Amino acid sequence: MIVRKKDRVVVLGITGKQGTFWSEKMIAYGTNVVAGVNPKRSGETHVGVPTFATTGEAVAKAGGDVAVMFIPPAMAKDAAVSAAQAGIKLLVVLTEHIPAQDVMAMHAAAAKHGTRIVGPNTAGLVTPGECFVGIMPAFVPSVFKPGRIGVISRSGSLGTLICLNLTRAGLGQSAFIGIGGDPMLGTTTRSALEALDRDANTNAVVLVGEIGGVTEEDAATYAKKMTKPIVAFIAGAAAPAGKKMGHAGAIVTGNAGSYASKRQALEASGVAVVDTPSQIAAAVSAGLKASQAGEKLAASQ
Amino acid sequence: MNFEEYAAKSLVLDPLGIPTLRGTLCTTAAEAAAVAKSFGPCVVKAQVPIGKRGKAGGIRLADTPEEARKAAEQILGMSIGGFTVERLLVEEQADITREFYAAVLHDLVARRPLILFSTEGGMDIEEIAAAKPAAIRHLLLDIDGRPNAADITLMLKGLDLGPAEAHIAQILDRLYAAYRTNDAELLEINPLALLGDGRVVALDCKFVLDDAAVYRQPELAKGGAAGSMTALEKRGAEAGLKLIQLDGNVGVLANGAGLTMTTMDVIRHYGGKPANFLEIGGEAYTKSEIAFDLVLSNPGVKSLVINFCGAFARTDVMAEGVVRAWHKLAPRVPVFFSIHGTGEEEAVALVRHELGIEPYDFMEDAIQAAVKAAQ
Repeated sequence: MIVRKKDRVVVLGITGKQGTFWSEKMIAYGTNVVAGVNPKRSGETHVGVPTFATTGEAVAKAGGDVAVMFIPPAMAKDAAVSAAQAGIKLLVVLTEHIPAQDVMAMHAAAAKHGTRIVGPNTAGLVTPGECFVGIMPAFVPSVFKPGRIGVISRSGSLGTLICLNLTRAGLGQSAFIGIGGDPMLGTTTRSALEALDRDANTNAVVLVGEIGGVTEEDAATYAKKMTKPIVAFIAGAAAPAGKKMGHAGAIVTGNAGSYASKRQALEASGVAVVDTPSQIAAAVSAGLKASQAGEKLAASQ
Repeated sequence: MNFEEYAAKSLVLDPLGIPTLRGTLCTTAAEAAAVAKSFGPCVVKAQVPIGKRGKAGGIRLADTPEEARKAAEQILGMSIGGFTVERLLVEEQADITREFYAAVLHDLVARRPLILFSTEGGMDIEEIAAAKPAAIRHLLLDIDGRPNAADITLMLKGLDLGPAEAHIAQILDRLYAAYRTNDAELLEINPLALLGDGRVVALDCKFVLDDAAVYRQPELAKGGAAGSMTALEKRGAEAGLKLIQLDGNVGVLANGAGLTMTTMDVIRHYGGKPANFLEIGGEAYTKSEIAFDLVLSNPGVKSLVINFCGAFARTDVMAEGVVRAWHKLAPRVPVFFSIHGTGEEEAVALVRHELGIEPYDFMEDAIQAAVKAAQ
């Protein structure tokens, strides 16, 4: 789920207002957008790329590894199922407020066809200096710069702030993985963590979680095995129980999904959990220093 | 969207043929007495979209019409979990032999529908899970299929249900159908009762409609309960904004759920208390003008943090909305800005020139200043 320049990207809903705006941004940044899909605009060219009636046709004629959806909630399930059937390997679902039973059908189709879904309700994926897929300000130099820190975030706005803070501290990013704010995600915190652990360009990971669900607790069991330093911030410490905090996934009932449960699980796995976003950069630097010292020590013995 | 018991039974269970007891909705004590006269011994139940009604005194047995009248008089107007009781469900009393638990909901980890069944009915499922986890049977399903009869049989195996097993299996199958046709987030029967005459009936029903599916369930949604919103929260909802009023004094206006929650957390971190949650993320970022008005309309607000970090949301568009609202409202509380990301330069310039305010470089500094100003 780390996007590369060679990945061929198909934009579903490319002709809409947001599809057009963000496709232009992606292309200008270096993303390899090869095709767009709109059932009524087949055979045309839009923002410099050919448009097709279906994802299947786009993949057959222009190729396609990754698809990104600028599709409203009511049509999201059909678009996602078609993309999975067309052989798309990585499907980035930006759409928020998709009915939950439709989301389950999307995940079932993805599992059947070997498609990885990122989202729903993700802001997308960024590989700074290389390409991006979604609605993140990859092209704003104060926010993103190439480097060696991997960032995982459920939220786009908060993920942007965290990358901005890292960049201001001189810490560039190897990849930003927006996993999404929905309760049923195709790509969990754990699978994003595994990808960054395997990534040779990543030296440390910043994990931006939030209350609700168990994705951070699940990731903590993997974090324990990692040698790369991990710093986490969990949003929602001050959120009242029983109220949905905007994201459908961000709700605490009982102890499940609570701030305390997540913080405890991560700290028990050796993750440095900080109280405010501005503390992240210093904690990352400290983690990197400690791991370098550890490596030197290991090398000298 | 939550539903009261009566609405859940009549709109969701009845159409699928899941048995319930005879009952009538009443709004006055006289009506309750009249129903009790025709039913005989009955149960008078407060209709509010929240659990623990019994513990709050909202469910009473009445053996005579006079008792039903008294029970209704006591329950009507009662406040349960922030809801005032305006309606009662008067049901015939049942001869209960055993109580079970049945539900269909989303398994958020498996990302598939899940049927739950337990012979420990009448308790909260969380209590059953804590006290007797082995007493809960699970059946994960494929969203595209129907439950397999053999799987349901296997799920119920060894529970010593006797002749009731066939009824229960049929109810579970229908409950799943009801979950699918009605876009349920949760459909729960607790208790599901075995009666002395061998019938299995739903004594209570909890139905939560997926908010994201309301657009394709318009008729059903008309039967949903109004939330317990404050006047300000209602104004937010009318403007298409999710507002939650809190008891603090530092107002929050930020874009995106994650950043908004974080702003609240950092207020708390510096010893302050947030006055609201308000999300203007996604397409709603264009609504900053009304959002600014809403946050300032909260009488508890002593200072305000505006924290924008633009990704999809453009900070210049959000700042323009705030400036427009500012000129109309002339806020009397101090306002502290932090603005970064998409459209940052234009947004900062606008706030600087139009309002004469210098945004902070770090959101933590803006928040700390706002907390101090509110004290």
